[in-house]
Amino acid sequence: MKAFELLRPASLEQALELLPKPADRERVRVVAGGQDLYTEMKDRLIEPDQLLDLKRLAGFDRLEIDGAGNVTLGALLTLSRVAEHAGLRASLPLVGEAALSIASTQIRNVGTVGGNLNQRPRCWYYRHPGAHCLKKGGSECFSKEGFNKYNAILGGGPSYIVHPSDLAPALVAAGAEVVLAKKGSSRTLPLEQYYTLPRDGDPLRETVLGSDEILTHVRIPAPAAGWKSTYLKFKERGSFDFALASVAAGLVVEAGVVRSARLVLGGVAPIPWRAKAAEEFLAGKPAQPATWREAAAIALSKAEPLSDNEYKVALSQNLIERAFTRLTT
Amino acid sequence: MRLLRLRVNGDVVPVAAPSHWTLLEVLRYRLGLTGSKQGCDKGDCGACTVLLDKKPVLSCLTLAALAEGHEVTTIEGLTPAHLRAGGRGADPIQDAFDRCGALQCGFCQPGMMLSARALLAKNPRPTRPEIQAALAGNLCRCTGYTQILEAVELAVAESGGAAVQPADGRRGARGAS
Ligand SMILES: Cc1cc2nc3c(=O)[nH]c(=O)nc-3n(C[C@H](O)[C@H](O)[C@H](O)COP(=O)(O)OP(=O)(O)OC[C@H]3O[C@@H](n4cnc5c(N)ncnc54)[C@H](O)[C@@H]3O)c2cc1C
Ligand code: FES
Ligand code: FES
Repeated sequence: MKAFELLRPASLEQALELLPKPADRERVRVVAGGQDLYTEMKDRLIEPDQLLDLKRLAGFDRLEIDGAGNVTLGALLTLSRVAEHAGLRASLPLVGEAALSIASTQIRNVGTVGGNLNQRPRCWYYRHPGAHCLKKGGSECFSKEGFNKYNAILGGGPSYIVHPSDLAPALVAAGAEVVLAKKGSSRTLPLEQYYTLPRDGDPLRETVLGSDEILTHVRIPAPAAGWKSTYLKFKERGSFDFALASVAAGLVVEAGVVRSARLVLGGVAPIPWRAKAAEEFLAGKPAQPATWREAAAIALSKAEPLSDNEYKVALSQNLIERAFTRLTT
Repeated sequence: MRLLRLRVNGDVVPVAAPSHWTLLEVLRYRLGLTGSKQGCDKGDCGACTVLLDKKPVLSCLTLAALAEGHEVTTIEGLTPAHLRAGGRGADPIQDAFDRCGALQCGFCQPGMMLSARALLAKNPRPTRPEIQAALAGNLCRCTGYTQILEAVELAVAESGGAAVQPADGRRGARGAS
């Protein structure tokens, strides 16, 4: 790692004062658990002059569930605490399951909610210090014609990264919002709108977070009565790994009929991929295997696999069927 | 350069180090505590695992400056802590790894044993899947893991939920040489 100055603000106000103007974005970086940031610094993908450590900010590491069942996650809450929270596991199992699926015990003990949602891509061209790819300001996404086993099958172009976060698809499926603070104000937006496709936004970034903003909280509305949910993740190896494909699914079933459904795919697109057409198809259908199979086909119908990742289509479809089966048996 | 006051294995140690150095670098290259291994140096292997306030973390992904104010336990601190707590011989986890031959090259072993130690502190009676999950972040390239899992189970079996007193003449219990 290149040497840097370590800043340790004691309050959110102080931290917001220290955030950079857009032009200095690369000079000053925010660090929470560092479980992603330090890996980027060690590979010299980024070489900030200043690190702004958030861990002294008090009160941003809480998990609160109010009387109505609305959940607030502080940005500095560790993934271990999200995974282990009994109340959260009871009302929104998909969030705890997603948190538990992330990395290893050691990384979950330190990695935070805010860091997980803001982590950078794992595409090996992006992570390779020698490849000056589109994501690093180069002119080309090498995965399109190169090694693309792990890249996007949906929403790709001009960059074909997949968003690596496991928490993000689960939280989008749960209808979560994020709170972003900047000096003097804050804004709240659906997590779904926080992420941007490379073709719609700046290909150097995955979110709409401004250089002068910090993500402070995630808010999850109380689930509807009867809502069941789950997060299924398929990894290349059993111990720990990023998702080759994952599915965050939620359902309300009444008298054998689907009332409403949420379906968000991970590991297959540059953003958590909401399968809206499949969600709409599911409403009003009988809760049975044929319905899940059809929904899975609809969810992947627009997939455009690259040379080495067609397997993600069948994999995602199977995960979708399995998730809905799990929720209804 | 920054003057840090780290709490390592029960001692307060003042140490000067650049502020971008990791805890692993300070432990190994300033304090001579080379039990914590530098494997991948970016989160993949777990060889650098230490306990921070009794929880396993990766010292290669921890800034030394941010470890100030926390209690660091390295593999060098396990048996001394066991003795201070009135135990005899080696820490029961180390003892069980020894007796089960749960190592070949040994590179993964300090991290593996610290992960196991943290698991037993939290859950004195883990099932095999719970042991596997707790050790999933510690890769071993040599053993095939079987003896490692058996070693943790031996430590569990002998502890009965309390600290183990290793028996005399204990070598060879499972063919370890
Ligand atoms: C070996 C390994 C395996 C992994 N496996 C997985 C996996 O399976 N699934 C998965 O989802 N992730 C995985 N990760 C990625 C990641 O490290 C963790 O998920 C973790 O949550 C990151 O959190 P952090 O607090 O350490 O983030 P940091 O490293 O501190 O920050 C990550 C990024 O987010 C920014 N940031 C942090 N907090 C905020 C905030 N509050 N507001 C705005 N920006 C912020 C930082 O500037 C930085 O760019 C893995 C990482 C490693 C090293
Ligand atoms: S050296 Fe830290 S995880 Fe490999
Ligand atoms: S004994 Fe060699 S890596 Fe585990």
